[in-house]
Amino acid sequence: MRGSFRRVDYPRKKGSLGIMAFRKITPPLTDEVVEGLRAGDKVLITGTLYAARDQAHKRMSELLERGEPLPFDIEGQIVYYVGPTPPREGMVIGSAGPTTSSRMDEFTPALLDAGLKATIGKGARSDEVKEALERFRAVYFVSVGGAGALLSKRIKKAEVVAYPELGTEAIRRLEVEEFPVIVAYDMYGGDLFKEGVEKYRRV
Amino acid sequence: MREVSVDRIREEVKRLCIEGAYILEEDVQSALKSAFEREVSPMGREVLTQIIKNYEIALDGVLPMCQDTGIAVVFVEVGRDVRLDGSLEDAINQGVREGYGEGYLRKSVCHPLTRQNTGDNTPAVIHTRITEGDRVKIKVALKGAGSENKSSLKMLNPTAGVEAIKEFVTDTVREAGGSVCPPIVVGVGIGGDFEKSAILSKEAILRPIGRPHQDETIAGLEEELLEEVNKLGIGPMGFGGTVTALAVHIEVYPCHIASLPVSVNIQCHADRHKEVVI
Repeated sequence: MRGSFRRVDYPRKKGSLGIMAFRKITPPLTDEVVEGLRAGDKVLITGTLYAARDQAHKRMSELLERGEPLPFDIEGQIVYYVGPTPPREGMVIGSAGPTTSSRMDEFTPALLDAGLKATIGKGARSDEVKEALERFRAVYFVSVGGAGALLSKRIKKAEVVAYPELGTEAIRRLEVEEFPVIVAYDMYGGDLFKEGVEKYRRV
Repeated sequence: MREVSVDRIREEVKRLCIEGAYILEEDVQSALKSAFEREVSPMGREVLTQIIKNYEIALDGVLPMCQDTGIAVVFVEVGRDVRLDGSLEDAINQGVREGYGEGYLRKSVCHPLTRQNTGDNTPAVIHTRITEGDRVKIKVALKGAGSENKSSLKMLNPTAGVEAIKEFVTDTVREAGGSVCPPIVVGVGIGGDFEKSAILSKEAILRPIGRPHQDETIAGLEEELLEEVNKLGIGPMGFGGTVTALAVHIEVYPCHIASLPVSVNIQCHADRHKEVVI
């Protein structure tokens, strides 16, 4: 399809995603790493992410309620709210951008209690999640919604680890390289959305 | 009578689904480019850079621009002088089935209660109208749930007036915040009845960006509302900024003297709409 459509011009730096500097982290995350992150920080993640969304969260929450083990060791890990498109032959995954985090809010405090250190999604979350982030020393990242093709290129491996019958909603272990995220909520109550919007609101 | 084969309709729907997921229409491309030029917030500009880079990657036809390739919403107008040689709905659904399969698109349609996936992204949401002439016009939108979920409908009092309509629209956009993937297109349906206003709001987002309503008063209201929405400061992905919406589109229809239905349908920046005339 390339060539038949006019592309728009815009400034860019080669090999760079943007303007500001990134911090680099690798899970499992320690308290020390989380303590160093502030709302608005730009972060590149290299290592393992666990993909899980609505139905997988419902199931994990039922496991926790029954006192049964989760399908993966959650200690220090990062969960990415994503349901990818099917991969083409020879590719590890299709498009894989973030989905709306607030739908996972009711399940998140229990997972943080179980050892989860970070989540990646898009959009604002509940006060309960914010409080849980402070209590369990954890962080909420956002990646750019609707940038599923761009983000897919940072995913080097994908493997279903639980609930294959859920299709796109199965839990997947993803190996990522320099996966770009921004700290939305830090463990000190810092809130990128609130601070950003207050700065530019004119009503 | 003009014969139109439903096989042709199937083929076109399939093509529109696949191209919709990979090729952002030029009106949206230019609107995003112009948003980048206007945006004041550095974080907002960074987000827009990623959004533009992303749809450019999708143009290669390998990775869809967004993993939520949506539910297919199809508006079809069939001229009364057209004779179809089979079922219109079957042809549309078969086109969706083939498009989502061959295009490597995500199958996101399921039973509302059991949540069992239908496996092929059917059925599509189909709106059919009989029109004059001998043509078939098909518009396809791949509608993602992130933006659809924050859409809203309100039955206002008939005496509430334009100010109440504006307040409802800006309240809906404010509450939607960053989860709807701004910069957005806001579709507003005013009038009709309960469901008519919702359909109008969906038709409104299908109108290309940069084409104001033909009625000057409505076009003026579109402009005013765009300004109001952009004053909210939500910005690209909700990180704060001056560009929250690329456009506000309004469609109107007469309503009952006791009613003033208003629907707000939100469209994310991956504004995937395609059309063809057969």
